[in-house]
Amino acid sequence: MKLKVGDTHEAVVVENVNRTHIVKYAGASGDFNPLHHDDTFAQKAGYPTVFAHGMLSMGLTGKMLTDWLGAANLKKYGVRFTRQVFPGDTLTAKGEVTEVQEEGGKQLVTVRVVTVNQNGESVVEGQAVAAI
Amino acid sequence: MAEGFEFPVDRTQVMLFARSVRDINPAFWDPDHPDTKAAGGIITPPTFVQCSAHWQPDYPLDLTRPRQGPPPAHRGDAPGGGGGGLGRGLHAEQHYEYHHPIHPGDTLTVTTRPGNRWEKEGRRGGKLMFSESITEYRNQAGVLCVTATSVGVQTERAVEQ
Repeated sequence: MKLKVGDTHEAVVVENVNRTHIVKYAGASGDFNPLHHDDTFAQKAGYPTVFAHGMLSMGLTGKMLTDWLGAANLKKYGVRFTRQVFPGDTLTAKGEVTEVQEEGGKQLVTVRVVTVNQNGESVVEGQAVAAI
Repeated sequence: MAEGFEFPVDRTQVMLFARSVRDINPAFWDPDHPDTKAAGGIITPPTFVQCSAHWQPDYPLDLTRPRQGPPPAHRGDAPGGGGGGLGRGLHAEQHYEYHHPIHPGDTLTVTTRPGNRWEKEGRRGGKLMFSESITEYRNQAGVLCVTATSVGVQTERAVEQ
């Protein structure tokens, strides 16, 4: 696969997030912060309901990247968490190639990453680099 | 910050984590798939090292973990802490650098050190206090596999939507 600046890829990485998705991530990752599974706790902390771990959004977005760029090819991946993901949200992860360097017979590809909810609001924004 | 601890990587945990991020790429679970063989065996999803929390003795976000003695202080409340604590602490940023693949059977040594700290005025949440923590994951051969930088933020009030 050869990529060039401006190439894009996107994928719906989760539809209609529910508490089971969130609990599954808690169990796998080990992050049992009750903000993510205990509505009473979340409401006491000032939130309307539980919300997903930021790292779940980042992990879901990572699937878009590895499906597109290859599971073994990532060199860097970083995001800012820009908005919480609540039950009912649907997330679409989008990547756009911003830079391509040829290096040792491979392409070193820099990708701008943004994942948006069903309202088009970003939930994570960041960048990844892959050697392809 | 935490002393180094060991994180043994097994195939089941990699599969469970991949499923939790809705990823069924065979490179993360099927040793016989051509993509897996090309990768030198099962590899791990980009954010997999988060699972090391299960092996972190003083991990603060699992207060129901059975343990001897009192539970640890919330990381977000501790000096030099990064990442989110319970309640007011939130995870602001996460960055990974991938140096070497991780495979089931590896035993990673995990070490964390504090990074920068800074403050800024939030638009909605009052004063925001940011702190970085930098974690290195080295395999049994001493090879650095992943460097992770987590930025946590403590807010004075809940973040409004």
